[in-house]
Amino acid sequence: MKSDNIININPRLSNVVTDINHFRNEKVVLVGNPNVGKSCVFNYLSGKYVDVSNYPGTTVSITRCNYNGKKIYDTPGIYGVSSFNEEEKVARDIILESDVVINVVNALHLERDLFLTLQLIDMGKKVSLILNFADEIKKRKIKIDTKKLSDLLGIDVYETAAVDKVGLDQIDNAIENARVGNQQLDLHFLMQQYIDEGIPQAEALLILEGDEFTTSKYNKPINKDDREKIYITRRNRVNEIIDIVEHEDSRKGEISNLLGRMSLNPITGIPILFFILTLVYFFIGDFISQRVVDFTENTVGVGIVEYNVKSFVSNFASSIIDVEILDKNGNLVDKKIYNFPDGMRVNPELKSDFEKFSSQPGALTKFHFSNPIAKLFFGEFGVITMTTTYLFFLLLPLVIGFYFVMALLEDSGYLPRLATMLDRTFNKIGLNGKAVIPIILGFGCITMANITTRLLDSEREKSIATAILQFVIPCSAQLAVITVLLSGAGVGPLLIFIGVIGSVLIILSTVLNKLIPGQSSPLLIDLPIMRIPKLTNVFKKMAYRTYGFMKEAGFWFFVGALAVGLMDITGLLLVWQDILAPLTTHWLKLPKEAANAFVMGMVRRDFGAAGLFTLDLSIMQITVAIITITLFTPCIASFVVMLKERGWKEGITIWLGTWVTAFFIGGLVAQFIV
Amino acid sequence: MKTANIKTMNNITLDKARKGNLITIVNLPGGEINAQLIRIGISEGETLLCLQRLPGGTIILQKNRQEIAVGYDLAKKIKIILP
Repeated sequence: MKSDNIININPRLSNVVTDINHFRNEKVVLVGNPNVGKSCVFNYLSGKYVDVSNYPGTTVSITRCNYNGKKIYDTPGIYGVSSFNEEEKVARDIILESDVVINVVNALHLERDLFLTLQLIDMGKKVSLILNFADEIKKRKIKIDTKKLSDLLGIDVYETAAVDKVGLDQIDNAIENARVGNQQLDLHFLMQQYIDEGIPQAEALLILEGDEFTTSKYNKPINKDDREKIYITRRNRVNEIIDIVEHEDSRKGEISNLLGRMSLNPITGIPILFFILTLVYFFIGDFISQRVVDFTENTVGVGIVEYNVKSFVSNFASSIIDVEILDKNGNLVDKKIYNFPDGMRVNPELKSDFEKFSSQPGALTKFHFSNPIAKLFFGEFGVITMTTTYLFFLLLPLVIGFYFVMALLEDSGYLPRLATMLDRTFNKIGLNGKAVIPIILGFGCITMANITTRLLDSEREKSIATAILQFVIPCSAQLAVITVLLSGAGVGPLLIFIGVIGSVLIILSTVLNKLIPGQSSPLLIDLPIMRIPKLTNVFKKMAYRTYGFMKEAGFWFFVGALAVGLMDITGLLLVWQDILAPLTTHWLKLPKEAANAFVMGMVRRDFGAAGLFTLDLSIMQITVAIITITLFTPCIASFVVMLKERGWKEGITIWLGTWVTAFFIGGLVAQFIV
Repeated sequence: MKTANIKTMNNITLDKARKGNLITIVNLPGGEINAQLIRIGISEGETLLCLQRLPGGTIILQKNRQEIAVGYDLAKKIKIILP
């Protein structure tokens, strides 16, 4: 008890004691603003690439590695230590527990970054400063007097160019020589009352600054005026330091940011916006989701993987196999039905005939298993066969494509500008420009987008974005079906479709804005200088995020398939279809079989909808069907991920809401046009 | 005459700034957002360049090499003067 007090009275002494306790297990934390190249430093230390972020706030997760017996933590990019959003809270906690802070700053944005540096120093942490992008300031003829900067801050300053690994060998020195810097004296005086109570200096500062979490932890009053005063003083100190240490010889810096300027000038920026969105559409909408997925899903997934797995299972399970041979135009040329009541392996002659016949070009093989277990795992909707194809040969290429584009936009610095350009548009639906990220990803996969809503600032925005994603944004699987169904229908149905979905979006966002208390946070973002992204970084970032998504969500696609598979073999699926049938026929004015679309659509959005191809529907019935399917609940995987992200109450409310809205609006439209 | 002029000037908010204006921040909206503004470099007395005003009122400010986007609703609450 007594020794606790002594430790905490003197921060320097406390550091000495910590050193002894953690001699071999020091906690070193990398801290910095977004877009400073912090992750490059981390990757150098870990020897394994993790994530380099450019868009403020994408490093949501914390990464850790061991380096020379020390624990190194990477933290999300933050502008200061406080509790304004989830990322700051996470960073704050890690910083509070740290022994050494390596503060990475962007030399081009020293004025912005030093605010955090001074705050870390005022916290009494042992800090070293990594002045990154040192090469860029030389190129731009900016002079930073690092010696003087080091003197003023009272800590070591190391120049690096982390992207090219220049100067990173000094990192050992930086960790070794980290020390308590020059603190603002009057602040220290104010903090003393809390330090005397045994509160660590770092937390004492946060109490003075009115940090909600820390004040309530120690049951202290919040004084927000003090925070503002402290922040203003700190900001002025930064400005003074910049005046002393930084000199700019030319205006060259502005030239290289010409593209950044043009992308925000309405005259050039709007064409650039459309140009980029068109490129994204052709890359993802045409190249990836048509050509690449057609090959991976049909040729590799169904044609090779599923065919071989199912053939193997047929050796042991009773099966009936239809083989159709189609010509290039999809016309039936030949057809055979094989019956193996005791499995293929007992009838080698017929088996070899089947193998010969089904390996012809244009062969379409369908396996029907009578054993319920075989059906559940390997049948048409089999947990192993269908989900594997879906997850790895349809979704994976799409997710890779989307993350590739996002990484490109992020590392080039265009993403924050896109958010800025679209801010006013997003304001109309109760969000700010940052929401462009989950909404764009939603057109790829709602499940992926649901996870990305994390980067939005407030719970209110997360709720609104999640609801919009589930209700009105069609994922790529749906878009493919909608495109096919609408392609022969002409302009009228397309306009009706867009009009109805657009109206639902407007009504939904208006209602949510009224119902959910509070206000959405305004846009306030720093725009990084635009540069040509390094492709190795882009690819590694893409790979890391894709892996993260598959790890987090992949499992739930199997669970979804299992749930529907079980409903199928127990007959529950038929019961459900029967329940929905009257609603489908009377209210939506569609044939009874269309109810399958809604039930099967819960496993795979394109699945049930594809069933509509075979029905004889009028153009207006097609319009009603695609409106209903678009508004209808997303697949089970996205449902589960939504529950995890937003909690049971909100998740179930949104889910039920999509049911009601889909049938209500679909039927309403049907009353008018069918 | 002169005082009246300053008074009306004080009533200008950031959303009214035009491209190319040099603006001086007079008053921040108050509350939690103040801390975020000060951190990023927008504090009272600071002079910045209005680099761009997007249709709808989103403002892009420049302070040395730093560029900051401020949403319309926030810009409406920041009082400025045009020196």
